[in-house]
Amino acid sequence: MKRRLLLLLLPIGFLGLALFFYQGLALDPSQRDSALMAREFPAFEATTLRNENRRVDQTLLEGEVTLVNVWGEWCPACKQEMPQLLELADRDIRMVGVNYRDTREKGLQFLSEFGDPFEVNIFDPEGELGFDLGVYGAPETFLVDADGVIRYHHKGYVSPEDVRERILPEVEKWR
Amino acid sequence: MALIRNITAFLLLLIAFGAVAGGIELREFDDPVKEKRYHDLTASMRCPLCENQAIDDSDAPISGDMRERVYQLLQDGQSDTEIINHMVQRFGEYILYNPRLESRTYLLWGLPIALVLLGAVIIVLMVRARRNASAKALSAEERQRIEALTNRKGAS
Repeated sequence: MKRRLLLLLLPIGFLGLALFFYQGLALDPSQRDSALMAREFPAFEATTLRNENRRVDQTLLEGEVTLVNVWGEWCPACKQEMPQLLELADRDIRMVGVNYRDTREKGLQFLSEFGDPFEVNIFDPEGELGFDLGVYGAPETFLVDADGVIRYHHKGYVSPEDVRERILPEVEKWR
Repeated sequence: MALIRNITAFLLLLIAFGAVAGGIELREFDDPVKEKRYHDLTASMRCPLCENQAIDDSDAPISGDMRERVYQLLQDGQSDTEIINHMVQRFGEYILYNPRLESRTYLLWGLPIALVLLGAVIIVLMVRARRNASAKALSAEERQRIEALTNRKGAS
């Protein structure tokens, strides 16, 4: 009898493992969290898109909950999400842009064409800040709390549903 | 013959263009050990964007940036561990083809070993049980019965 029970353990163990691995298969690797979650916004020093003499650093993001959007003129999804970002700015959410791997000329042209929801744009032509943020494609959006800590990360295009179901609740949560 | 030569020339051209399109990067190393480390490091990191390519094998812009960073950090004299930490801090554990051994990955690394050991134990137990069964001595009564049976067979 004891032996039977022992033998029964094998298929149960097998099923358990199979279930465990099956769950792993269902995970979407592109939906993984940013490595910077719950960490401080990386230190940086840069100029702004509109003013090459103005120097900004990470203290720019302290004091208020801020949405940081990484974008570039070359990025089609960035154009598509602009209406959503303008809506967020309309709701009195502080928006800061990171103009990523772009030129001043093209970046400014983009803003005049698609609208400018940003209080200020950090100019990052070499992608230095983008690299420290772990950005591997634009657009990416980070929610930074008043202490300058990254609290939420949205990879890729921000749809109107994302605004309602994810971004607004997260902003409320950290305000 | 001329046709074959033309085709060969065409193919060679294609390969050359492929190399240009793929953006072969020339990196100079003052030290062959560093060069080897560069190749090992870039082969052991997964491209965050393309998911199933190492960064040394990927044309994604981010892979180029990461290769460049690995190269710079090597030139700065950083160790492999420092370079790996630098990358993981930004892009997450995801980029490591060989996840590091830590509390979160004990199960991952340990499970195969545990399963092999479990299998070995089961095999040992089974072999032992079988050997015991066959080696078990016959009781006097059983021997008598066998004798009786074989005798009867022999007599008939």
